[in-house]
Amino acid sequence: MKEQTSNPVGKSVPRVDAFEKVTGAAKYVDDMAFGPTLLHGKIVHSPVAHALIKKIDVSKALALPGVKAVVTGQDNPTLLGLYLKDRYIYAYDRVRYVGESVAGVVSISEEIAEQAAKLVEVEYELLPPVFDPYEGAKPDAPLLHPDLGKYEVVNFIFPKPGTNISEHFKLRKGNVSDAGVSEEVWAQCAAVVEDQYTLPQIQHAPLETHIAVAQWNADGQVTLWAASQSPFAQRDLLAQSLGIPHGNMRVISPYIGGGFGGKAGISIEANVVLMAKAVPGHPVKVRMTREEEFVATNVRQSLVAKFKIGCDEAGNLLAMDLAYYFGGGAYNDYGVNIARAAGYSCTGPYDVPNVKGDSYCVYTNHPIGSAMRGFGMPEIHWGLEQIMDRLAEAIGMDAADFKRQNCVRSGDIILTGMTMPEVDLPKCIDKVKEAIEWGRESKPSAPHKRRGKGIAIMWKAPAMPPNPGSSAIVRFNEDATLNVYVSGQELGQGAFTVAAQMAAEALGIPYEWVRVSANPVDTKYSPYEWQTVASRVTWSMGNAVKAAAEHARGQILEIVAKYWNENPADLDIKDGVVISYKSEREQTLKKMVIYGLPNENFEGWQGGPIVGSGKFMPTYVTGLDPETGQGARAVVHYTVGAQAVDLEVDTETGQIEVLKIASAYDVGKAINPDLVLTQIEGGAVHGLSSAFECMLFDDRGRLRNPSFVDYKIVTSLDAPREIHGDIVETPLEDGPWGARGVGEHVMVQTAPAIANALYNALGVRFNDLPLSAEKIYLATHEGEELICKA
Amino acid sequence: MLHEITLNINGETYPVVVKSQDTLLRVLREQLGLTGTKIGCENGECGACTVLFDGAPVNSCMVLAVEAQGHCIETVEGLSKGGDLHPLQKAFVEHNAVQCGFCTSGMLMSAKALLERNPHPTEQEVREALVGNLCRCTGYIRIVDAVLDVAEAGD
Ligand code: FES
Ligand code: FES
Repeated sequence: MKEQTSNPVGKSVPRVDAFEKVTGAAKYVDDMAFGPTLLHGKIVHSPVAHALIKKIDVSKALALPGVKAVVTGQDNPTLLGLYLKDRYIYAYDRVRYVGESVAGVVSISEEIAEQAAKLVEVEYELLPPVFDPYEGAKPDAPLLHPDLGKYEVVNFIFPKPGTNISEHFKLRKGNVSDAGVSEEVWAQCAAVVEDQYTLPQIQHAPLETHIAVAQWNADGQVTLWAASQSPFAQRDLLAQSLGIPHGNMRVISPYIGGGFGGKAGISIEANVVLMAKAVPGHPVKVRMTREEEFVATNVRQSLVAKFKIGCDEAGNLLAMDLAYYFGGGAYNDYGVNIARAAGYSCTGPYDVPNVKGDSYCVYTNHPIGSAMRGFGMPEIHWGLEQIMDRLAEAIGMDAADFKRQNCVRSGDIILTGMTMPEVDLPKCIDKVKEAIEWGRESKPSAPHKRRGKGIAIMWKAPAMPPNPGSSAIVRFNEDATLNVYVSGQELGQGAFTVAAQMAAEALGIPYEWVRVSANPVDTKYSPYEWQTVASRVTWSMGNAVKAAAEHARGQILEIVAKYWNENPADLDIKDGVVISYKSEREQTLKKMVIYGLPNENFEGWQGGPIVGSGKFMPTYVTGLDPETGQGARAVVHYTVGAQAVDLEVDTETGQIEVLKIASAYDVGKAINPDLVLTQIEGGAVHGLSSAFECMLFDDRGRLRNPSFVDYKIVTSLDAPREIHGDIVETPLEDGPWGARGVGEHVMVQTAPAIANALYNALGVRFNDLPLSAEKIYLATHEGEELICKA
Repeated sequence: MLHEITLNINGETYPVVVKSQDTLLRVLREQLGLTGTKIGCENGECGACTVLFDGAPVNSCMVLAVEAQGHCIETVEGLSKGGDLHPLQKAFVEHNAVQCGFCTSGMLMSAKALLERNPHPTEQEVREALVGNLCRCTGYIRIVDAVLDVAEAGD
């Protein structure tokens, strides 16, 4: 008999999707067959960063044999966007970054589409570009969006028309004013650090590039197949923008070859839908090349961050004056909420009495800055976590002790006025200190090498509208196997596996009886899920799955109780059998979950096919005062964690080798502990990689490194020898079995932990990412004459 | 120009008609429905399209279909025999060395080639053998461990 796992929550059961994935059977969008009527689309990208479109001539492209249609912004000048509708699907009257979609060509083959794309002639009148968010925020900077004041925007985002600022979040706490933290407070500080830290834009670089297939039928039914973290949000945005009834707009999304936020919200999908509209009845496919993926899809925002932070001589943080300028890129339809999230969490995981924080999202003529794993938190922690070390050093304290002393604790009134929900950050710090042998010096492997250790801590809340919902359905089969319907996407994080575990646990059936019917997610048949983002799925979708399973369980118990003439409260389901604690009777679930049970003496039947449904939506998040950022409950909760790094740096080459990363996160409850560890490990390496990544633009905004050869991500040789993970479990009040998310948090503070370790090794601080070998070499050989020895 | 060729894939013979410029990757995926081999860059940079060419790992996006005539090609679909997973596949499942799965086929093929030419690699040798296979999800360590596990279990 096959193994059966009872009560699978908290057990490291195998992934439900692993078999399909190791055999090559798992289907991604590009693996789906669309038949001989399939046409191929190619997007024409802008070659210039900022310009007015004077004229588009598509006649030559259309004349090429095999070309079926060419679409441009003139065909459908409709604005699109999740939080701020600031983006035309195809550029309308101007372009704002190199790579922007200007036209779409549809043809019978990929080759012809590519040729035709080169024949689309566009006349541009160049405008002065803006690349630096700090400069771009100034009142005299060239304007990217003169119509900013006319765009539709949600009520918690505050654009500043007449500037390039698409969002300004203000945080005021304690003895502060718009001018800054009061001089009285600074006077009490024994140490103050004032400095600027910056990060460049970086790419998500999932192994699967963006891909979408769309079909627009003559009867008005529109179908989109997309590698998407957000099938329902995409359906909503497309339906709104294109005037399609939601019921006619269908989004189908199978497995995704990596998302990391890049496939959240909407990217190329609307472009493909408009191509399909031009060739009714034909599916049209666009797969971004790797180069297009780098140049023309969403990226992580850049940041210029200005800090002034002070503490007293006992090491208590007294004041923070913070200004964050996010380089939002050309369109900030999603990015505005990153600046907002960075605003209401601007202090990092610290309890500080006086805070003045200003977080801006600024338009720049670079690719669209959007969601990426961490959503603003890796960006702000880069500087924050280094300054904490500098303050500790200034007053002669150990950095880990300093962080432990000042970090947020359950019950604290945090910067927005909200009470900190249950978490245990000191425990996370203690765990990583132990794992990295904090305070113990290690010997370098050669005389020209230096060793160093660094620590960094973090917090992050799910950043989303106040009320994003989840729903789930469970359905029994005759043999009591159960199908679970969810629309949380399987990006690799294990969403389907935890859904199966939770359904089995809540129902009282073995894990092996559960099948997850979510591949593909299909908005026509699958239950609603807002988006697979914000590390919210285990928590939010998990609550919906639990509710659906409990709904089904209630129905079963009622039927059996009636059959036995007992009280449902005395019954339970264990390992797929209904038992009575009172009469000790047993009833298997097989058959009865479909056919019900007979009445006494076979006088009729009761019951019927068991279908359970459940939903979850947070109802308690409140608005925040636009002048102070204060409010009763800014966010649903926070996940916290700590990381420590042990590294060796070669002073002759500037190369860093990260030897070990130790992480500890408070996940509330690990539904599947080994899957939590896979997130912790994969995230640490992603975080390590992010410290060395950079989108390199020339002075005209053209990306110079759009390939894996020139944009290097960490390989098997760069991954640390050892990654240690610790799971802390302080239950979350409204989490399923206490669980909260951890998918993004795992890379938030890796880069500053590395920077702190570098300082420990070399005595040099690095304020600007990436940590290139050249930069490190030059910093360690300052003042020396550099001679090239050929 | 069109070519009528025969390809030997996973021990089976397939007659196909291909254009001169068709890559092995595209023919596997689009003509033969062997979609386990993935497209990650079509530029020889990522390893998602790795298959074995007479036992050696190659990026199938960099091989023309016509070049494959007369050679033995192995893809991920040929790994498991009769419903039994290959030891490497089993180890990937057991180690949770799979997340999104997009790099997995290529990783498995590179690992298989390594173990065939070097049944008892060191950790460093495994890392070197997989350096052309990018993975954005797992952090590599579990993949390396899975391969080492199989190496140890073998003789
Ligand atoms: S697709 Fe062949 S190496 Fe990337
Ligand atoms: S598992 Fe996603 S790229 Fe390797």
